[in-house]
Amino acid sequence: MSDLTAPAAPAPAAPAAGPGRKDGSERWTQSLRDITGGSAMISILAVVFALVVGAILIAFTNERVQETAGYFFSRPADLLQAVWDAVAGAYSALFQGSIYNFRAQNFLTAIRPLTETLTFATPLIAAGLGVGLAFRVGMFNIGGRGQMLIAAGAAGYVAFAVELPAGIHLIVAILAGLLGGAIWGGIVGLLKARTGAHEVIVTIMLNFVALYLIQFLLRTPGALQAPGSNNPKTPPMLSTAVFPDLFGPRYNLHAGFLTVIAATIFVWWLLSRSNLGFQFRAVGQNPSAARVAGINVKNVYLYAMAISGALVGLAGINQVLGTVTTGFGSGIDAGIGFDAITVALLGRSKPWGIFAAGILFGAFKAGGFSMQAAEGVPIDIVVVVQALIVLFIAAPPLVRAMFHLPTPGTTRKPKISAVKASKSNEVVAK
Amino acid sequence: MSTIAESTAPVSAAIATTAQIRSWKIPITFGGFAVLSLILFVVLGRGQRGELSTFRLSEARDLIQLPEMALPTFATGVIIAIVLVLLAAASVWLVYRHRKIPIVLTILFALLFLVGFLAWAASGSTIPVPGLLIGTVTLSAPLIFGALGGVLSERAGVVNVAIEAQLLAGAFSSAVVASATGNPYIGLLAAMVAGALVSMVLAAFALKYLVDQVIVGVVLNVLVIGLTSFLYSQVLAPSANLNSPDVFPRLNIPLLSEIPIIGPVLFRQTIIVYIMYVAVAVVYFGLFRTKWGLRVRAVGEHPQAADTVGINVNRTRFVAVTLGGVISGFGGAYFTLGAVGAFNKEMTNGMGFIALAAVIFGQWHPIKATLAALLFGFATNLQNVLGIIGSPVPSEFMLMLPYVVTIFAVAGFVGRSRAPAADGKPYIK
Repeated sequence: MSDLTAPAAPAPAAPAAGPGRKDGSERWTQSLRDITGGSAMISILAVVFALVVGAILIAFTNERVQETAGYFFSRPADLLQAVWDAVAGAYSALFQGSIYNFRAQNFLTAIRPLTETLTFATPLIAAGLGVGLAFRVGMFNIGGRGQMLIAAGAAGYVAFAVELPAGIHLIVAILAGLLGGAIWGGIVGLLKARTGAHEVIVTIMLNFVALYLIQFLLRTPGALQAPGSNNPKTPPMLSTAVFPDLFGPRYNLHAGFLTVIAATIFVWWLLSRSNLGFQFRAVGQNPSAARVAGINVKNVYLYAMAISGALVGLAGINQVLGTVTTGFGSGIDAGIGFDAITVALLGRSKPWGIFAAGILFGAFKAGGFSMQAAEGVPIDIVVVVQALIVLFIAAPPLVRAMFHLPTPGTTRKPKISAVKASKSNEVVAK
Repeated sequence: MSTIAESTAPVSAAIATTAQIRSWKIPITFGGFAVLSLILFVVLGRGQRGELSTFRLSEARDLIQLPEMALPTFATGVIIAIVLVLLAAASVWLVYRHRKIPIVLTILFALLFLVGFLAWAASGSTIPVPGLLIGTVTLSAPLIFGALGGVLSERAGVVNVAIEAQLLAGAFSSAVVASATGNPYIGLLAAMVAGALVSMVLAAFALKYLVDQVIVGVVLNVLVIGLTSFLYSQVLAPSANLNSPDVFPRLNIPLLSEIPIIGPVLFRQTIIVYIMYVAVAVVYFGLFRTKWGLRVRAVGEHPQAADTVGINVNRTRFVAVTLGGVISGFGGAYFTLGAVGAFNKEMTNGMGFIALAAVIFGQWHPIKATLAALLFGFATNLQNVLGIIGSPVPSEFMLMLPYVVTIFAVAGFVGRSRAPAADGKPYIK
């Protein structure tokens, strides 16, 4: 798992390695090759290609398209028109639900979808940071669901059952949630460090343990259940512990987004500026070498999983103190723990990469709901598109082969195909 | 996952040279369960007014009727708790004297604890033992297929996180094809093809495009969940005739099905379960008794060595991964053709991840992985059965039990499970 941090991204060889002197025009072609085959281009093409596949699926399953396909040879224009209507309708609804609503009366209403996107992105970024941090240490944290639930339970309990002055209450609730997530993640790190238990098994198992624990607490009066109610649901959070709205009550975006920005800066600082982060990365690259270098690998596993759990827990905190403040049930995690894995992969386990990936997926989520409402296209299509994007971004040689793009860092060699060239490049990179 | 393999090698070498290190894992685990049994069966003992716990050993339609076993709840609990404490003490003594704890002792300990727990839980009521075990085999079927597929793929050196995707693809295509053709056997074929297709994508990305295998696996899970859910909402939900396959009936095997206890459990199942028995045997035999299996294990452990003696590493891996997908996909048919009779969104419900846990818990060995999968199936069904007869503990804790036991088992007994050495690493010449 050592190369999880940069999945199959061939490090561009230094330009100086190019053969001999070049005149001006050659240098231009070379730059063009590097740009068109580079990683930004790959990302854009991956998104475009995923959207095209999504469009094909939308068109194929559209009833009007199927109808008009029946008499394609007598009136082909009907079919094309139906395909266009289905696809354009769906994607424009997706765009208007996630970024800018052209039909709105004024700018303040039109921009509302963008704030929705950021609201959806908030927990995705937090959980993505947690999963990504674990990846950097060479561990796979599939336990997002459990860590989110425990953190949500802890933060939620403090938020509705403890009375504190405004401000302090919010901070105490956040700390309680972070602690809950850190403990639930830390158990995994501790077991891995002390007994060698595989983190994949333990996180999966702890997901179920957390789910049933929260379900039990939710139907136990005096624990998480709302007093005087039979529903497995908590009472609403006290207003002193709720994240304030960032732009007033018209928008759902809350101050939780600021905590996520802070978390991103923290993870960036931790990984690239701190001593502990250096140890994390060393263990992630090669645990044996790290041990030989005097790093306490066992402690690294423990700390990394605890921090990872706390970050994923932040997603749970944001859910209960920001997004759903009227009381929550056991479905509060909303699958974010698993979405976070794809967010972390798309962000290549780098803090700001995850931030961007979280916003992209938040946009898909916000837009997906309005697409489902407006055009009747199931929101599941968004999941397909997201998966395809990650798949293509993870496989640059495939995208290059599909679009006949050059491999950056290589010069024109007509006999070697793009795939083979990138393979040999890969060997050099290793 | 390569981290495990790398970190174990020096540790085991250290143990081999000193050979005087005592491992207290098993005594600690035994001790924990012994204390738990003392608390549950003695301190919180049920049935102190002379209630009986009855174990029903035969079903009404059996030829040979075994008598029901009625045990006094409290006395049974006390006796079992004492025996468990003694066994734990014995394990401490054995470890102290540098002796190995025999596996029989562990099995005996687990069985006694189980009987004690069942007696405690069933105070004043009856536990249908055959029903408990029949459900175990049935519920384990998809897990076992998934785990076998995972074992095949990982033994060849390709990490298979996509078991969930293979099961779900198998479930979806078998439901659609069996409904469209009206023949569930063609549905089974379709399930295998769907599983193989998912595997081929995994293999292509992992072996040809050298994408990290965990990434491909996770993404494939998401992709297949999205695709099947989308197609379900758009195509299956509006027209019900594409989603109503015939469900396989239970087939009684003559004679064998009349053996007391074992007969109903093993030989009154659907054809999917019978094929599962064959699949376990075939995978075990294929991996450990044939030339092909030796090659598969070789490319999973040391691809360079395998390449040197003329084995085509990537082709061997591709075939093994695809076969793994065929088996996992077949398991997916259980959900639609063996149990529910219709496809639902995300109907595998995380079973693929439990199968993955069974692969690791079973140390990448087909038989051990099967046993691990059976344990999960048993725990799930135990909760169902106790839910019907009225369990003394809140149902959530019963539901939690299998997962807690797994964590203890992984931490206590299995410890560092060692993956095939080249698992997850693409081979580049």
